[in-house]
Amino acid sequence: MSAAAVLDRPAVEPHQDPALAGRDDVRPTGRRLGPGRRHRLAWLLGPGVLLALWTVSSATGLLDPRVLSEPWTVVATAGELLADGRLQENLAISAQRAGLGLFFGIVVGALLALFSGLSRVGEALIDGPVQIKRAIPGLALIPLLILWFGIDETMKVLTITLGVFVPIYLQTHAGLRGIDLRYVELAQTVGLSRAAFIRKVVLPGALPGFFLGLRFAVTGAWVSLVVVEQINATSGIGYMMELARTYGQTNIIVLGLAVYGILGLISDGAVRFLERKALTWQRTLAG
Amino acid sequence: MATHPGGLTAVAPFRTAPSSAVSVRDLIRSFGPKGVLNGVDLDIAPGEFVALLGPSGCGKSTLLRALAGLDHDVRGSGVISVPERVSVVFQDSRLLPWDTVLGNVTLGLREHDAETRARKALAEVGLAGREKSWPHELSGGEQQRVALARSLVREPQLLLADEPFGALDALTRIKMHGLLRDLVAAHRPAVLLVTHDVDEAIALADRIVVLDSGRVATVRTVAPEIGGSAAGTPTDAAGHEALRRELLNDLGVEPAASR
Repeated sequence: MSAAAVLDRPAVEPHQDPALAGRDDVRPTGRRLGPGRRHRLAWLLGPGVLLALWTVSSATGLLDPRVLSEPWTVVATAGELLADGRLQENLAISAQRAGLGLFFGIVVGALLALFSGLSRVGEALIDGPVQIKRAIPGLALIPLLILWFGIDETMKVLTITLGVFVPIYLQTHAGLRGIDLRYVELAQTVGLSRAAFIRKVVLPGALPGFFLGLRFAVTGAWVSLVVVEQINATSGIGYMMELARTYGQTNIIVLGLAVYGILGLISDGAVRFLERKALTWQRTLAG
Repeated sequence: MATHPGGLTAVAPFRTAPSSAVSVRDLIRSFGPKGVLNGVDLDIAPGEFVALLGPSGCGKSTLLRALAGLDHDVRGSGVISVPERVSVVFQDSRLLPWDTVLGNVTLGLREHDAETRARKALAEVGLAGREKSWPHELSGGEQQRVALARSLVREPQLLLADEPFGALDALTRIKMHGLLRDLVAAHRPAVLLVTHDVDEAIALADRIVVLDSGRVATVRTVAPEIGGSAAGTPTDAAGHEALRRELLNDLGVEPAASR
């Protein structure tokens, strides 16, 4: 935060100075164009407002419980499902699928991006197929994957992997290709070996792109998860919600949505935390 | 003596006088149909400080990049001979933003005592204690001093500097001139300084080569009492002014009335 502290010097604004208030030839100075100092919990404001709206409209009867359950009913349902262990069990299975898919997707995407970004042969071989894969909606592959792998875990993890590796590849590759040529020249003049060049210049230079891809990938993993769990599954949060639909249990459906939302928020927060730790050298508007 | 790998430049060890650090013969470089260097000959003795002066577009950076081995995709011919250890200082400090000051200085060093030597080099440029800083936390002048430390920690036999102070303010530039003079006196590399600043060339160099349209136009020696890399304050103000006028004349600039 030391950089932010330097930027946050108190600016004297003439329009607030009574002696200068009446003069129109003095314009405010020191006005900041960037978004200003970060607040640690500021991101909670938006979700908090939504939650408040939901609570108020349920309490006043504006919102029919058959359309959307009240927040307290959802909390009570969560308590019941936690008590009989169904929520934990389904959550663990969902988290495992998302985690595995994310892991394989990150590894595959990053390796392909490195290979394609560092060699012309790699680019010629890899970039085209990935762009084609990008053009095909990931979920359109599910029928084929079911024919090939059945409806077991392999198909589910593979669907998530296929959704995850594309943003990782695209952003890492773009980050890598965006590395300033001047640094490549520098690496040459100080006599870096190929391995040292990759370790000292390429990987750190591509890291911002990788993290951007990771944020897309994490969101994408949850989206793919919902789909594979609602199409043909016998466990998982998505299955729990699908089952609730057949019994008209809005509260469980909303609970499932809330769980997905919380998982998404937590994982995005985790990625952003990692990003800030890994990219301390960056000085950007985000601060 | 080593010659840069790659097909453009032939190795010619026997044509190089053993007393010279750099030897360039009939160097031709062109971008497209336009010739940038049209047959340049240049020798630099070990420990000699040569300034390469010329208007923009005269090919001085192209010559430096050829000596640094950075002109892979440029068409041309000629013979270049440079020492084993060459360091380059660019106009921008070119510090890796994701590495600390110390990491930037040790970049590419393989010796086990790299870190000790890097700390010593940083102390030499007056930046002891800033090892853990990020480049963006330093001022422009400090960043350029890190770049100097990075180039000198390699104990180069030849230091190539491409307008290293061009982006600095006038005050910082004068301080950097003093620092560079001290560092060169301590390490004794041969230096080729590319600049468009006549006063900078006189203040630092033993010999000034004026490049025009890709050819060496004139070569002028700087007497110690006028300027140059030797220690001591210049005493011959009239000689300084005369050399300045001659150089400006070489560059095709009408010198302003004497100051």
